[in-house]
Amino acid sequence: MFGLTKKDTTLLIIVAVLAIFAPFILNPFPEGSAMAQFNAGYPDLMQRLVIFGIFAIGFNILFGLTGYLSFGHAAFLGVGSYAAIWMMKLLTMNVIPAIMISVIVAGLFSLLVGWISLRRSGIYFSILTLAFAQMSYSLAYSVLTPITGGETGLQPKVDDPRILDGALQSGQTPRANLFGLEMGTSYEMVVGNWVFTFNAGYYIAAIVMLLAFYLSIRIFRSPFGMMLRAVKSNQQRLNYTGLNSKPYTLAAFVISGMYAGLAGGLLVAMDTQVGAERMFWTASGEVVLMTILGGAGTLIGPVLGAGFIKYMENIVSKINKSILEQWFAFMPDGMEDFFITIVYPFIGKGWHLTLGLMFMMVVIFLPGGLVQGGQKIAGLFRGKKASDDAADGKTTPAE
Amino acid sequence: MGILEVKNVGKRFGGLQALGDVNLSVAENSVHAIIGPNGAGKSTLLNCLVGKLIPDTGSVSFDGQSVLGRKPYEINQMGISRVFQTPEIFGDLSVLENMMIPCFAKRDGAFELNGISSVSSQKDILERAEHMLEDMNMADKRHMTASSMSRGDKRRLEIGMCLSQEPRLLLLDEPTAGMARADTNNTIDLLKQISEERDITIAIIEHDMHVVFSLAERITVLAQGTPLVEDTPDNIKGHPKVREAYLGETQTAA
Repeated sequence: MFGLTKKDTTLLIIVAVLAIFAPFILNPFPEGSAMAQFNAGYPDLMQRLVIFGIFAIGFNILFGLTGYLSFGHAAFLGVGSYAAIWMMKLLTMNVIPAIMISVIVAGLFSLLVGWISLRRSGIYFSILTLAFAQMSYSLAYSVLTPITGGETGLQPKVDDPRILDGALQSGQTPRANLFGLEMGTSYEMVVGNWVFTFNAGYYIAAIVMLLAFYLSIRIFRSPFGMMLRAVKSNQQRLNYTGLNSKPYTLAAFVISGMYAGLAGGLLVAMDTQVGAERMFWTASGEVVLMTILGGAGTLIGPVLGAGFIKYMENIVSKINKSILEQWFAFMPDGMEDFFITIVYPFIGKGWHLTLGLMFMMVVIFLPGGLVQGGQKIAGLFRGKKASDDAADGKTTPAE
Repeated sequence: MGILEVKNVGKRFGGLQALGDVNLSVAENSVHAIIGPNGAGKSTLLNCLVGKLIPDTGSVSFDGQSVLGRKPYEINQMGISRVFQTPEIFGDLSVLENMMIPCFAKRDGAFELNGISSVSSQKDILERAEHMLEDMNMADKRHMTASSMSRGDKRRLEIGMCLSQEPRLLLLDEPTAGMARADTNNTIDLLKQISEERDITIAIIEHDMHVVFSLAERITVLAQGTPLVEDTPDNIKGHPKVREAYLGETQTAA
């Protein structure tokens, strides 16, 4: 179906089903229960899960296939965001032009950065991309303030021109919409103690993510994707086989830059504001973590990694001391204090510590990421069949 | 006039004159071996032919066209394929994929942005790659990961990849280096078969005299960066200058 093999179609359908039913899947605990803070089915977080999924899917086309580790992809996300917000200020609050321009501008910017950075490989390539991203970040904060809003960032104002939209009525604020359907529109379904939220913005982002995921499957299975894997495997042989590796890596760089721009545009569509911190190097590092954690070079890995990290960031960081006290209340006093002291550094602001430990465990024990973990578990159940899967060489993650 | 003409080529690395004044002419459809003791400049000469190094002086032309200043992939597209000393293959890819890549290079040129159609829909490429694997007696290994094969099989695959491009000149850099005797003999047989069955010129750099005398029609002896003598294998064997430069090795090997 859709020009995919049976296996890939199944994967696409699984992802589609997960995306459609995410409001249920991410909200397993009833409202008001002790576990309710583990619910992730609220619009803001669900939107982030799929948008950063797109970011990681695109990053994986570069890193997973060619092995070129870019440390500056947040710059493309940021540039896409700025382009989108300017579209909303000048043209219309409709998200379509904003998203389109974010992809185009990020594509052009990544063409420039890639053209220069790809003159080197390995660590030097990574450093060059990092330098570009940090320059972009610093420029956005300082000399480019007229375009970027500097420290305050940008958001649509009531008195922006917006030449395609009619004038706002007094007291009305500009809201991102898709032909009148506002991104913030939600429908809440109450079943017993459960509340499920269906948000327009989330579903639009999810559809875009599914398209992006589908396109990445096509790229992975195409001759172009095979050449990118050949670049990673043996660039010397490729060059002595009459193939010019430069345009292949540059094309992969630009495609992944456009994915990042798309993610940046969608972030603006969902939450109409941009700040330069979006381009900071930690944001570039985060997408590297997502891809490796999920499984670089696999199709589904980056989506899993992005979901995992964004979930941790939002859920674990919200657990505070009083919640811990509730959890351990059943214990005798001394023991309760002891456990709270032990767990406390890993929650709230310490969520990075939890993430870091998990990242270390994955890299050491599962170099193929969460996908490899899944394959191992599936292998335990299916026994022999798993080794057949590994032999086809396509789903096996590269280190 | 040979298919490959090397004229007055010199290359210096700092204080070391790696190649002095090399003249070499490789006749079309022949097997030409370049031999010489360690440090004679064999590999430097080969690197000058494939675009890895640019000689300081002289000219290198293939089929009447200069190769100097061209990138390795451009020289390959002109019809020169290179086999490396240690087999250079795409280790992470399957054997079949390894064979498909040169077929794509032959059909689509140095770059083709084909990111939408699936590899399995490229029937002509698949057919060609499968056919080539059968020629190499490797059809049963098509789904193996290339890096998991034995060294002899890797060499066989690499030669097959080069042949699938239908090159006019095949350059081999010590193709049997580090191989067991059985693998060496298999490689010799394979190369013999290739030169008999195909319209192809083979230039081979080799240390192993057994390989050289089994294969070559012409031999150039290189010593200290300059050609000492060029002749048929029989004449080379008894040549006093060669014995002088090569003493010990000829006696044990021949």
